[in-house]
Amino acid sequence: MKSLLKFITCGSVDDGKSTLIGHMLYDAKLLFADQEKALELDSKVGSRGGEIDYSLLLDGLMAEREQGITIDVAYRYFTTDNRSFIVADTPGHEEYTRNMAVGASFADLAIILVDATKGVITQTKRHARICALMGIKHLVLAVNKMDLIGYDENRFNEIKEDFLQITQGFNMESIQVIPVSATEGDNITGKSDYTPWYDDIPLLPYLERVDVSKENEHIGFVMPVQRVSRPNHTFRGFQGQIEAGDISVGDEVITLPSNEKAKVKSLLVTDKEMDAAAIGQPVTIQLDREVDVSRGNVLTTADNIQVTDMFTATILWMDDAKLVPGRNYLVKVGTKTLPGTVMKIKHKIDINTGQEIPADQVFKNELVACDISLSENMVFDTFENNEALGGLILIDRVTNMTSACGVIEHSLRRSTNVVWQETDVTRVIRCQQKGQQPLTLWFTGLSGSGKSTLANEVEKRLVSLGHHTMLLDGDNVRHGLNKNLGFKESDRVENIRRIAEVAKLMNDGGLITLTSFISPYESDRYNARRIIGEEYIEIFVSTPLEVCEERDVKGLYKKARAGEIPNFTGITSPYEAPENPEIEIDTSKYSLEEATDLVVKQIMKYLD
Amino acid sequence: MKELTHLDQLEAEAIYIIREVAAECENPVMLYSIGKDSSVMLHLAMKAFYPEKPPFPFMHVNTTWKFKEMIEFRDRKAKELGIEMIEEINKEAVEQGINPFDHGSAYTDIMKTQTLKQGLDKYGFDAAFGGGRRDEEKSRAKERIFSFRNKNHAWDPKNQKPEMWKLYNPRINKGESMRVFPLSNWTEKDIWQYIRKENIDIVPLYFAKERPVVYRDGNIVMVDDDRMKLEPNEEVVMKKVRFRTLGCYPLTGGVESDAETLDEIIEETLGAVSSERTSRVIDQEAAGSMERRKREGYF
Repeated sequence: MKSLLKFITCGSVDDGKSTLIGHMLYDAKLLFADQEKALELDSKVGSRGGEIDYSLLLDGLMAEREQGITIDVAYRYFTTDNRSFIVADTPGHEEYTRNMAVGASFADLAIILVDATKGVITQTKRHARICALMGIKHLVLAVNKMDLIGYDENRFNEIKEDFLQITQGFNMESIQVIPVSATEGDNITGKSDYTPWYDDIPLLPYLERVDVSKENEHIGFVMPVQRVSRPNHTFRGFQGQIEAGDISVGDEVITLPSNEKAKVKSLLVTDKEMDAAAIGQPVTIQLDREVDVSRGNVLTTADNIQVTDMFTATILWMDDAKLVPGRNYLVKVGTKTLPGTVMKIKHKIDINTGQEIPADQVFKNELVACDISLSENMVFDTFENNEALGGLILIDRVTNMTSACGVIEHSLRRSTNVVWQETDVTRVIRCQQKGQQPLTLWFTGLSGSGKSTLANEVEKRLVSLGHHTMLLDGDNVRHGLNKNLGFKESDRVENIRRIAEVAKLMNDGGLITLTSFISPYESDRYNARRIIGEEYIEIFVSTPLEVCEERDVKGLYKKARAGEIPNFTGITSPYEAPENPEIEIDTSKYSLEEATDLVVKQIMKYLD
Repeated sequence: MKELTHLDQLEAEAIYIIREVAAECENPVMLYSIGKDSSVMLHLAMKAFYPEKPPFPFMHVNTTWKFKEMIEFRDRKAKELGIEMIEEINKEAVEQGINPFDHGSAYTDIMKTQTLKQGLDKYGFDAAFGGGRRDEEKSRAKERIFSFRNKNHAWDPKNQKPEMWKLYNPRINKGESMRVFPLSNWTEKDIWQYIRKENIDIVPLYFAKERPVVYRDGNIVMVDDDRMKLEPNEEVVMKKVRFRTLGCYPLTGGVESDAETLDEIIEETLGAVSSERTSRVIDQEAAGSMERRKREGYF
């Protein structure tokens, strides 16, 4: 059986791309007689006189015919003795960038046309860039209209050099440059007599031979779940298409994001029971035990698939409405759709030159790097590793339009790489080794309330009881981990987030973590609780403001009252007292030893 | 690792699309026209969900002028496979006596397009699978796989959603709908080869057999029942013919052929000099007629 090659043609109307494909079909005798007749008829009523206009084969829509341009993607199908082909013909103008992206996302190979009289121009770079972005790994540069430059070898070589220059860094697996004339038929299906200096193969034979198979066997098995099939109580099958690697009955897979392990009990490739299946096949998989898996989850044996709720992506904006940061969209990756927000536009990328340009809004057909935050965790891979889990679209929640497409560059939460955590030494093992339940003791209270003093004493007591601890306070955090943060609101939020993430890691390591920060806002503490989870124990040091101000150990209250410190908690900015702290202690009522006793006694309840 | 053949790839793509619709759309339906493309689509739906039955019903828009053998085949298949088959007929138009002989292109609009819209509205289907292929005609060549239709079922070629990779977007607002074409990337040849490979049951009309026909305006029309009105100069003759597409018998031209087996049909198709739509009488109007009808809601 023959293999299938999907390719796209890029170039503007004047480059003669529809003519090129039309001529290829005509020469290779791949036209049906009645299409051929219609073509001659159409040409005669068309504006280009009595000669056959091959491009009329492809320009389908009435509006386009009247305007004489291609505005959408047209698909054509043909088969030679050696291969089956699907060609997507797309428009070349900058305002139709999105249409080109549609064609490119579909294709394995791109034929980029240049006009030999003009050489490599700005739009050639744009076309190559879009192809690269959408995952095309094989390019053919067709240097067209060679007849108009007298089949000049030197000019051809200059154009070839220019093209190889601009496509460096696009990570292509193959690039072939061929001198052609679409109207005259040179080097289309057979070698041209006019280019004796070109000793390589013509276009169609090249397309018949080029190998575009994807080599991602090293990635391991990956299958995004399309749906869960439960025809009866005894059958529960996960249906999807294998996007990487292969799988056999008996293999152990990991479910993401639930991160469970199970073995493949049975495997259907469409409606046939099989022992094994491989990339590209539609399968239904039954596992040997109950797992928490639904549509949008992923079954895998790969060790580099990640889970995240925040990532950086390069996206092509395709909507008439502009993109502004902060707007909520639906984000679809693989078979999962989740609400998400474009948090930050990092910069625009000039689609012609690749230059990075600062921007705070984005218009149709513009390329942009941005950070996207999701409402919950999503399984993904980088586009470079795996197209199926690295490509995304954004859907407008009101119009339901596909507003953007893009590729995931990297996660912004490296620590939540679930499979990474699935190392041999687990959290449970670390905790068992230390013989303790990890906790984060989150001390909050006004400046001078005695948080740090108390936290210090509590830590000493815990260590003397044989526990393993770590204390995070202003001294070891502000000067190191968070030294790039100031006192702006966004910095304050980030400060607390980082502390919470570090505390969580310490908990993962089996440690009891004590943190001592004013953390005056309920929202920040809520965020910390969310990150840390069940281990979060809030200790509200509720010493009244008057006492704190009277103590004024560092002389800060005096300065704040004098207006020398803006936004000082308790004086010029609020302290939002916790409503339901796990533990509360007013240090003005007890000695340090009594207070420590009271707090440790309550902590013990959580340490069982 | 062996590469999938191009038929395997087409099958995988179609199954992926069918599953996506079943998972994402609220109330999908698969249109079933009894023809070879519908037979392939039905076969793919059975494979896509096995051992489960397809989780949606099938709908046949019956103009009441279909070949008798088609209706028999339809009823037999539905029973055999245990699937739900809805038959939609424009009863009002039948009572008014709308027929393909007297009402020309209005007939197709009333009996097919309007009846289809009526059926989709009646059951509130938000997605309808169709067996359309891009290689059939030039305006179909630009059709999306997920084709968006507004509240009036109209197709606006300029207002379609871009389709990236396999990330289809079937989300719509109330009243709007999607037409979904899982066979978009198949050619006529692929259909026949797949029918052979999978041993798919098709209506016997596709195979050459002696049938009563008349020659009319360069087409061979089969006399399927006594509603067929003969012109004074016409004569019913027995000819060995077969059909490349199936529809309403008075509007479907047959071809003289000796192809009695699948292999012979494929042989004929591979060497065919006419693309298949020439045997549809309705398509031989000015260029652009298909696009015009699609804008009006034709499938």
